[in-house]
Amino acid sequence: MSDAATMETIARLVPPGSRVLDLGCGDGSMLAYLKQARRCTGYGIEIDDANVLACAQRGVNVIQLNLDEGLSLFDDATFDVVLQIDTLQHLRNAEVMLRETVRVGRIGVLAFPNFAHWPNRLSVLRGRMPVTRRLPYQWYDTPNIRVGTHADLALLAQRSNLRVLDSFGIQDGKTIRFAPNLRAGTSVYTLSR
Amino acid sequence: MHFAAVLPLQSGAQIRDYALSYETYGRLNADKSNAVLICHALNASHHVAGAYAGQHKSEGWWDNMIGPGKPLDTDKFFVIGVNNLGSCFGSTGPMHVNPDTGRVYGADFPVVTVEDWVNAQARLLDALGIETLAAVMGGSLGGMQALSWTLQYPERVRHAVVVASAPNLTAENIAFNEVARRAIVTDPDFHGGHFYDHGVIPKRGLRIARMIGHITYLSDDVMNEKFGRQLRDALQLGEGANYLYSTQEVEFQIESYLRHQGDKFAEYFDANTYLLITRALDYFDPARDHGGDLSQALARATSKFLLVSFTTDWRFAPKRSREIVKALLDNRRDVSYAEIDAPHGHDAFLLDDPRYLGLVRSYFDGILKELAI
Repeated sequence: MSDAATMETIARLVPPGSRVLDLGCGDGSMLAYLKQARRCTGYGIEIDDANVLACAQRGVNVIQLNLDEGLSLFDDATFDVVLQIDTLQHLRNAEVMLRETVRVGRIGVLAFPNFAHWPNRLSVLRGRMPVTRRLPYQWYDTPNIRVGTHADLALLAQRSNLRVLDSFGIQDGKTIRFAPNLRAGTSVYTLSR
Repeated sequence: MHFAAVLPLQSGAQIRDYALSYETYGRLNADKSNAVLICHALNASHHVAGAYAGQHKSEGWWDNMIGPGKPLDTDKFFVIGVNNLGSCFGSTGPMHVNPDTGRVYGADFPVVTVEDWVNAQARLLDALGIETLAAVMGGSLGGMQALSWTLQYPERVRHAVVVASAPNLTAENIAFNEVARRAIVTDPDFHGGHFYDHGVIPKRGLRIARMIGHITYLSDDVMNEKFGRQLRDALQLGEGANYLYSTQEVEFQIESYLRHQGDKFAEYFDANTYLLITRALDYFDPARDHGGDLSQALARATSKFLLVSFTTDWRFAPKRSREIVKALLDNRRDVSYAEIDAPHGHDAFLLDDPRYLGLVRSYFDGILKELAI
């Protein structure tokens, strides 16, 4: 997920000069890239100590916070873009956080592993949970507590009264617009209220 | 350093002919851009780093943080430690002579606030020829001074590092301070704060004040881990039942520890200083002039911030640091915040934690990169 092509594809969804909040910002590489390539400003939210340190080393603003505690630190519409890159699948309150994302940001950009990608389907058809490059964990040690599909997110967005501005898939760094639910390992959504 | 000019104080009183003790470490660079001011908390001083030659155990109070090659690297930064007015480590305080009366100040030493200290520190920087600080840094009450710097002299501070601090004290915090103050003031040796004239020291009050303080600096967990219900070594040697069935003997290790801390403290700390500094803590509340709105109060701050709190610190709990973070976010300031999961309570800000020290190191590395541009 961290490969350069994927990062660039997602970064293109962020208008230049945006004020960005990156939920689950990891080592801060996305924010550092947005800062440098698209003159963005903003903050990352991260729970992990090592990642917080990595952000500090990159000179990225980082707030150490457990996202399961919500986003009460942030007022409505205080960011142009709120990113959730490979974060949704780790959250207990994924639905709440989806609404929070578009409450705090004018648009939310979501990326997460698409469980309906065809190799995953094949694996389940054979009776086994998939273990792939995109989902490299065994069923018993995965940190991904939510498994959903590109199609599922469309329904959740609808249920939460969110507008889907755009959605597509990414596979091998390439944008997949035809049948992304089948053909893409990563699902991407741009949402607003 | 001596200051002849009058320093007006927040209370309306003033102080003149005062001295500030300070130490510096490292070298000020040519454009005077690498200065870092360290603000101390209740019982610390200007001696923040290094050790005095030939003096055993004379390491500065933040020696693990500051020095050559340390997180705040004195090979790169010019670090200034300053002792605050009213303290008892060299700067003018209640044990010194009031130039207006020719008598020792005692209880007549004017009540000083965090804001007053910052003003005095700013005058010291003026005298040292330093216009802008690369950073101001402090923990606990020192963090309050760092925060206040960004509000009183926003144009003079590039970065503020605020550790284990709070935007004001809670009622519980003030309550602990008040118990400590009552312990001192009701000591028969206090003599209304003029005990110097009587040749005595209200040690009993100071000891109790320190014991209370110490309880609040530790976490329940660390106290249990360190002492638990252990009895004193002398009592443990015997077989079988080893309670003394006394009400006044020192039996538990925790009692022994607290008494020892109290005794040590009463030997070197000044009773009036304790009252003054706890009062400065009580009064600090930058949101007060803004109807309690911290975001409005912090609108003045233009510096970048690093805030750090510790999960088991219940004296200055993480949620208090988060209030500052929120107010800075509301003002769209550059801020980073770390919540270090350390077991040591409030004391953690003085201890070695690789995550904490590593983070501060990275932050100062970043400041250095900015300076190079």
